[in-house]
Amino acid sequence: MTLPGFPEAAPLAGLAGGVLIGLAAALMLLALGRIAGVSGLAAKAVGLGGSGIRRSGAWMFVIGLPLGALVVMLMSGGIDASFANPVTLAIAGLVVGVGTRLGSGCTSGHGVCGVSRLSARSIVATLTFMATGIATVAVMNAFGLEVL
Amino acid sequence: MRTGLISLATGILFGAGLALGGMTDPARVRGFLDIFGDWDPTLAFVMGGAVIVMAIAWRLVPRMAEPFAAEEFHLPTKSDLTPHLVGGAALFGIGWGIAGLCPGPGIAALVIEPAAAATFVVAMLAGMAVVRLAEGASS
Repeated sequence: MTLPGFPEAAPLAGLAGGVLIGLAAALMLLALGRIAGVSGLAAKAVGLGGSGIRRSGAWMFVIGLPLGALVVMLMSGGIDASFANPVTLAIAGLVVGVGTRLGSGCTSGHGVCGVSRLSARSIVATLTFMATGIATVAVMNAFGLEVL
Repeated sequence: MRTGLISLATGILFGAGLALGGMTDPARVRGFLDIFGDWDPTLAFVMGGAVIVMAIAWRLVPRMAEPFAAEEFHLPTKSDLTPHLVGGAALFGIGWGIAGLCPGPGIAALVIEPAAAATFVVAMLAGMAVVRLAEGASS
């Protein structure tokens, strides 16, 4: 299925992926009583603070992420993806690392778990990172910076 | 043991959702952020699907004395809007826009494009370490 006017969009796959992400976060919440925030769990796994879950649990979650992507890759026969050059990736990673720790979360913790809880902090954080993300892409496009 | 298995299952489901929804493709993520250009709304469906499921899960929490597999809920209690929150989120969004990757997809993409994803993830952990060091120095 395609969206009229948006030939590139994959709304059904997007919705299905989103439901899976929601189910994952719901499992973490209802079974373990915790927020499935990737930046916090990744920080916890490597000993850089983060959520209160045990480090072994954080590692299991982090290891599960590529395993889940691998399952989709094997079932679908490959995943389309194009990545920026190493320097761009390193700069972006550094900024994302600093930002997510200062801001106490990322797309998953704030954007999914916090917004669905109607947390004021998460709604403000999500609106903020969406705005700066949109502005960053717009500015890069305006200067003709093609990274992908 | 049980916590570990549930955490692993959560990670696998989460990673599968990211890959299926297209979030592991930086081009699609940047296409979503490119609202002034050739906008790709796919990620709105990803976020919408995830938020709807989680909104239902949140409704169940007050009816539960404790989680299924843990002794108590450990949920964020902070409610203050601080400069750290807004500044950190602003920075995160800039990094997200630059390469089209946030933490979950960056880690999940380790099986899709290992070298590129590892570059992003190692730099992200370095950024987290910088904040950790700065916090240690100021306290």
